[in-house]
Amino acid sequence: MNLQSFRSLSRAMALGYVRDRTALIFTILIPVLFLVLFGSIYKNSTTPKLSILEVGKVTLVDQARAASPGELGKILTVTPAGSLAAALSDVRKGTDDAAVQQRGNRLVVHYSAADPTKAAVVNSVFSTIVEQFNLAATGRPPAYRLVSHQVEDKSLKAIQYLAPGLLGWAIASGGAFGASITLVGWRHNKLLRRLRLSPVSVSSVVAARIWVGVALAVVQMFAFLGIATTPYFGLKLTASWWMAIPVVISGTLAFMAIGLLVGAAAKSQQAASAVANLIILPMAFLGGAFIPLEFAPDWVRQVSYVMPLRYLVTGMQNVMARGLGPASALPSIGILLGFAVVVTLIAVRVFQWDEI
Amino acid sequence: MSRRILPLCNVRVLGVPAAIAVRDLRKSYGDTRAVDGVTFEVEPGEFFGILGPNGAGKTTTLEIIEGLRQPDGGEVAVLGLPPWPRNPALLPRMGVQLQASSFFERLTAREQLRTFAALYGIPAGRADAMLEVVGLTDKAATRTEKLSGGQAQRLSIACALVHGPDVLFLDEPTGALDPQARRNLWDLLRVISAEGRTVVLTTHHMDEAETLCERVAIMDHGQILKTGPPAALVRELDQPVRISLESGQLSLDEARQLAGGDAAVADDEVSLTIVTSEPAEVLAELAQRRALAGLQVRGGNLEDVFLNLTGREYRA
Repeated sequence: MNLQSFRSLSRAMALGYVRDRTALIFTILIPVLFLVLFGSIYKNSTTPKLSILEVGKVTLVDQARAASPGELGKILTVTPAGSLAAALSDVRKGTDDAAVQQRGNRLVVHYSAADPTKAAVVNSVFSTIVEQFNLAATGRPPAYRLVSHQVEDKSLKAIQYLAPGLLGWAIASGGAFGASITLVGWRHNKLLRRLRLSPVSVSSVVAARIWVGVALAVVQMFAFLGIATTPYFGLKLTASWWMAIPVVISGTLAFMAIGLLVGAAAKSQQAASAVANLIILPMAFLGGAFIPLEFAPDWVRQVSYVMPLRYLVTGMQNVMARGLGPASALPSIGILLGFAVVVTLIAVRVFQWDEI
Repeated sequence: MSRRILPLCNVRVLGVPAAIAVRDLRKSYGDTRAVDGVTFEVEPGEFFGILGPNGAGKTTTLEIIEGLRQPDGGEVAVLGLPPWPRNPALLPRMGVQLQASSFFERLTAREQLRTFAALYGIPAGRADAMLEVVGLTDKAATRTEKLSGGQAQRLSIACALVHGPDVLFLDEPTGALDPQARRNLWDLLRVISAEGRTVVLTTHHMDEAETLCERVAIMDHGQILKTGPPAALVRELDQPVRISLESGQLSLDEARQLAGGDAAVADDEVSLTIVTSEPAEVLAELAQRRALAGLQVRGGNLEDVFLNLTGREYRA
């Protein structure tokens, strides 16, 4: 491989990319836009408070609120209701989550089964209140107490998981689209033919493309992190975050390989773009980029094991969000590199340098 | 196809082998015989043209010679070497002008040229000098997307020449250009040829072939019909000459008598036309009578040669 050819081609490719101001801005901005969008959705990602309607006087609930206002206040809000009929209608409609009445020593809870999660929470909250009063009524001290601690750092917020996910998606898109569309375009305008007619080696061309792709991905990563760590978004980078750089590099290689495969066979730039989209977008959902895998159904979690994006995202999350040591990123790097090698070999086999 | 040096590269009279030697070349796509037994040779320093209508097989022939396609049969040698499979030793000695859009995106003319030059190990200074040769110095900092058709074609030729090849291939170089741009490009090509390079041109423009080429091969349906210098081919035809004069100088009868027995004479109120195989006599007579106003003389051209060879009207 000739160094002069490599440098010259790299420079030409980089200039061509960087001078497309619109594309460049969007490449940086779109992940940030998604960050704003998803960030605001997940911002207060705790379960919303229950809205309870109090019909008549419900002494039990009032006493419970007086006894521990802070804790109960976090879980539910209580508003007085005009009449039982009005309250029931509101609960049916879903405006409120439950209506409570007290008849003597019975606490009557009217709830809607439309949202099973909420129904369960409603029932368990009031059951707890009743049992606590039962216990207090016996006069005996409780035999056991419940103490709970959150495992993660208190400062952990949704953004810690969201940012690596979105960055992973951005890197994957950039790698796949960039490689495929450029290649198909070059084949179409016969630039590839022109290169083939010069003494430059195939490896110089491929190496230059890879080098430019990786450099751009790293720049994209720093730009994105620079924006995400500002106070508005509040991403906090944990100690070994710099290990994300090799993760990003191996992720870029893996997705450029996919782009190479798509570009190898696609007949036009539109086709290349469509196929790349077909691969990347579902993968973003199934690989844990848009929806954290913790919240995803079981089958999604199973499928994600074959998605390279999963390893890119979890690799970054491990070192950037979960605060794990550098070694935690190694499995991701290994898998991504292996994937890159295999797919590149297939792509080289299938590749057409000219339209016949 | 074998890798041996072809015996085709005969030792010529002066001991110089042919620059390009093609023998019995064949290439089919499915049932279509794109190239059907093509044989010709190009001398070093010659300006050679392959002429024919669209679909004649010119481009495929050129692609095989450039080493982009593998022929189904026959032999090719460029500067004594086979172009297929891809031969990095031969490539620097060949220059291929591709269509005007084969450029890197968003680079200026100077940057394109320097990038291509670097692929051959040519320093940037020589690349800039090439810009001057093709007359694009004042467009050096313009992006290729903003160049006009003619300028883009010239840049394309510059990219093909920057490494100083011995053989230059041009495929329809004046394709979509306006007449002025075409003429300018012709001037450039003449300069390049005068430097001693071998130039092979394909075109469907008869006037281009007549003006530029020292020898042409007329091609149709994958076969070469005839080869030779354009002027010689035309003269071989012995085509009658068409003499056209302003109407009103001679009456129809007078013209018929002057022209002689086998000449065709016509008058459409605008021009008096005499078609004769003895132009010298007719012209002398006309000169004597001082009846030469609005004189136009047209001999045969390559279109007539084509018609004669194929029995078909030449339709580009």
